[in-house]
Amino acid sequence: MIDNVEIDVNLKKINDYYSKFKGEKWRKTIDVADFIKENYTEYTGDDSFLSGKSEHTNIVWSKCEKLLKKEMKVRLLDVDLKHLSGIDNFPAGYIDKKNEVIVGLQADAPLKRIINAYGGIRMAKNALNAYNKKMDANNQAIFDQGIRKTHNDGVFDAYTPDIRRARKAGLITGLPDAYGRGRIIGDYRRVALYGIDRLIEEKKLDLNKPEMLDIDSEEKIRLREEVSEQIRALEKIKSMASKYGYDISLPASNAQEAFQWTYFAYLASVKENNGAAMSLGRVSTFLDIYIERDMAEGKLNEIDAQELVDQFTIKLRLVRHLRTPEYDEIFGGDPTWVTESIGGMLDENHSLVTKNSFRFLHSLINLDPSPEPNLTVLWSTNLPENFKKYCAKISILTDSIQYENDDIMRPIYGNDYAIACCVSAMKIGKQMQFFGARCNLAKSLLYSINEGKDEKSGVQVVDGIAKIDDEVLDYNKVKKAYFNTLDKVAKTYVDALNIIHYMHDKYAYEAGQMALHDTHVERLMAFGVAGLSVATDSLSAIKYAKVTPIRNENGIAVDFKIEGEFPKYGNDDDRVDKIAVEIVEYFISTLKKHKLYRNAIHTLSVLTITSNVMYGKKTGATPDGRKAGEAFAPGANPMHGRDCSGALSSLNSVAKIPYANCCQDGVSNTFSIIPNALGHDMDSRVNNLVKILDGYFIQKAQHINVNVLDREKLIDAMNNPDKYPTLTIRVSGYAVNFNKLSRAHQEEVIARTFHEKR
Amino acid sequence: MKNEIIGNINSVESMGLVDGPGIRYVVFLQGCKLRCLYCHNPETWEINKKCEQITPSELIKKIVRFKSYFGSDGGVTFSGGEPLLQPEFLVECLKLCKKHGIHTAIDTAGVGFGNYDEILNYTDLVILDIKAVDPSEYKKITGLDMDLFNNFLLTCIKLNKKLWIRQVIVPNINDNEESVLKLKNFIKKIKNIDKLELLPYKTLGVHKYKNLHIPYRLEGVLDMDENKCIKLEKILLN
Repeated sequence: MIDNVEIDVNLKKINDYYSKFKGEKWRKTIDVADFIKENYTEYTGDDSFLSGKSEHTNIVWSKCEKLLKKEMKVRLLDVDLKHLSGIDNFPAGYIDKKNEVIVGLQADAPLKRIINAYGGIRMAKNALNAYNKKMDANNQAIFDQGIRKTHNDGVFDAYTPDIRRARKAGLITGLPDAYGRGRIIGDYRRVALYGIDRLIEEKKLDLNKPEMLDIDSEEKIRLREEVSEQIRALEKIKSMASKYGYDISLPASNAQEAFQWTYFAYLASVKENNGAAMSLGRVSTFLDIYIERDMAEGKLNEIDAQELVDQFTIKLRLVRHLRTPEYDEIFGGDPTWVTESIGGMLDENHSLVTKNSFRFLHSLINLDPSPEPNLTVLWSTNLPENFKKYCAKISILTDSIQYENDDIMRPIYGNDYAIACCVSAMKIGKQMQFFGARCNLAKSLLYSINEGKDEKSGVQVVDGIAKIDDEVLDYNKVKKAYFNTLDKVAKTYVDALNIIHYMHDKYAYEAGQMALHDTHVERLMAFGVAGLSVATDSLSAIKYAKVTPIRNENGIAVDFKIEGEFPKYGNDDDRVDKIAVEIVEYFISTLKKHKLYRNAIHTLSVLTITSNVMYGKKTGATPDGRKAGEAFAPGANPMHGRDCSGALSSLNSVAKIPYANCCQDGVSNTFSIIPNALGHDMDSRVNNLVKILDGYFIQKAQHINVNVLDREKLIDAMNNPDKYPTLTIRVSGYAVNFNKLSRAHQEEVIARTFHEKR
Repeated sequence: MKNEIIGNINSVESMGLVDGPGIRYVVFLQGCKLRCLYCHNPETWEINKKCEQITPSELIKKIVRFKSYFGSDGGVTFSGGEPLLQPEFLVECLKLCKKHGIHTAIDTAGVGFGNYDEILNYTDLVILDIKAVDPSEYKKITGLDMDLFNNFLLTCIKLNKKLWIRQVIVPNINDNEESVLKLKNFIKKIKNIDKLELLPYKTLGVHKYKNLHIPYRLEGVLDMDENKCIKLEKILLN
């Protein structure tokens, strides 16, 4: 009886919470996109309504700033050695309880890291050792005695000799085989809109649907087990929230709760997982609906609204994972890729821009520039002009945002997708990604010239590559050998990813995140390439100039003599840009010949993150004149200094790399321009940047990072880091604090092409 | 068969943001008859120097690749050197731009070989550099008489062309109120001036002279003080 009374009371509450909202579909099924469409208020005005940070925010953020400063010096403030990662394994923690409007931390103190061993115990141990810390003995015994096996162990049980060789040589690297795979976005909004109880109820219904009860394959057994895990995870999220004094069984009843519920859902994901990229999704416009409702009822003013956004943002800035110093070295600090996608269009005529889109960007002013959250503007030429201008202004002031082309992504992913990590689009709650790092296209080219032997070690890495012993390299012959090499690389690459994701599902399943997906999800397997501009220019040199390999005593080409001129990628010259297109088109086609784990869909990215420096280090001299060890250009960028026909020519070349059906996991471009080249004053800089973005994206380009800064400023920052504590720059798909980059990375960034005034 | 016109181009810039309104593709044509004391592009002087040889249709093919950036106000600016020194090529290029709906500007000192009516017919905006208004001063700065310039200016006035008027302000040459007032008086008779600018002299191009083994006549002159230049500009605009 009591149960029924309680149900009635809850139903009444829910009806009350929903009473001001419009639309029917989202009430019947889990459909956040429909809720947004029915209830959001588009904003086409300018930024004059924005407010500064509140008193509470000021206090909380000051405390954080001190901690962040300290962390910058010692790199790791603290680790919870007692507990293992998990949604509900940690006591509550606060920064300044009295002044926190949004609460919740990964562990019981800010910036305290947690141990996640399920991706790989080795990585966790190495990270702890590096900081002279030791795991709790009982916890360690669980793994040491084999009571619990980790993802990393599983992967290495199954890896083939080909994969091991390719991995060791640096042909395929960055594979998520030692820690969490990440790049999964839970639909964290669902918790705010529906409450945990409803989500559990829906999952239970799914478990009992006829197709889920017809056990005719391993896949179905696995899915039943996974959904059960998801239900358990939802219970844990509820329990975790209760430790902070919140009951999230029911939907959020106001704006503060909507932010808080959404944050608890996200927080659960970073307590449970340590994926490289733990992205947030697309929450700002969703949350704006609650703000608008509260404002209409006189319960909230603009300062309160900005306070919610700022305090939510502070929490996102504090997310940490336990990493080894080597990891930090590769990625330039401590990135977590808490990517939030902002803007985009609902349909041809209506944007999804709300006041909250402005507020999220405005946090970069209130709280100073920062790499996290990774604010990503989904750009459409149809976005409101005022919003475009505001984005450009914030870019110019902070160098902290990136832009991705809604006009080419929306036709593929609909209007409720988000970016994971840097450039990976997926339908929120309906698609997930199997992250696949990247392979080295430049090294592959060298293998085709060196019979599949590594140019640095001399070791045979790829079998069955014919010998090329011509004195001068012949374009057609090299190209044929190259594509043959890519066929073999693709096979090894697919094998590696199939193994990795099988094991990850088995040993480090993201139950909390997957609970916030539909039960039947579509899976995208994201392959990637590095060194596209190097491989492209190398083939161009072989085609248009005279390239003579200089071979060592073992017949391996260790350097190249280049005579004559050749067109270089980055100058809007089709002769060479077509080569780049041909390479990526061929590579995705050869990848698609192989079947993927769980029927995933093949996608491809041209994105290096900051690993372009590491890839360069591991790759010998290339036929384009690049010296051994020299850094690659990041992502799809032209090589440093070779794009010499002006900024727009450089953009035009990158825009040719096809997105739809080819590089559908993203094409990253990082663009640096000095302020004076962009215009004399702020107004003209803003207007010009808007036109550059429009012009670039009209050509179906997918992504651009914008940095508006002087090279001199970076050199000064490299030598006097204390002068620039918040200097943030966009690197490749994300932003970093310049001071956290290694010297090699700093030098690489400074060596990049800065587009200047003639 | 008629031979296609060939242009002689020093270089191009795909993103000109200070050479006319909006974002502009700037074509620097080779050759100039003036020898201005402060010229920062001496490499574009020599008329007979063979640079990139290109036909109007080839050039337009390159230009349209940048149409997406032009928006409602951007376009192409033909600069130099002196664009008026290749009149047939210039007319052909301007015509093709208009055919593609691209805004056209010429950045000129107004000293060419005539054919101005036809050139201006396809030109939306003339960015006109008035070196000096006093004939002797003009000759001192440019090395030429002012008649040729006057001829071009009269055609602009006759056709009521939209004009941006510019003058470079150089320390100890024209950085004084008197000179600016003379300019102000001179342009009073010109209609359809859309913008007036005084540009501060910069030593940016000095190193080019060394490379070209041309003696630099303003050796030792420092960059024009930008604030002083702004003050003079205010006198001009008020």
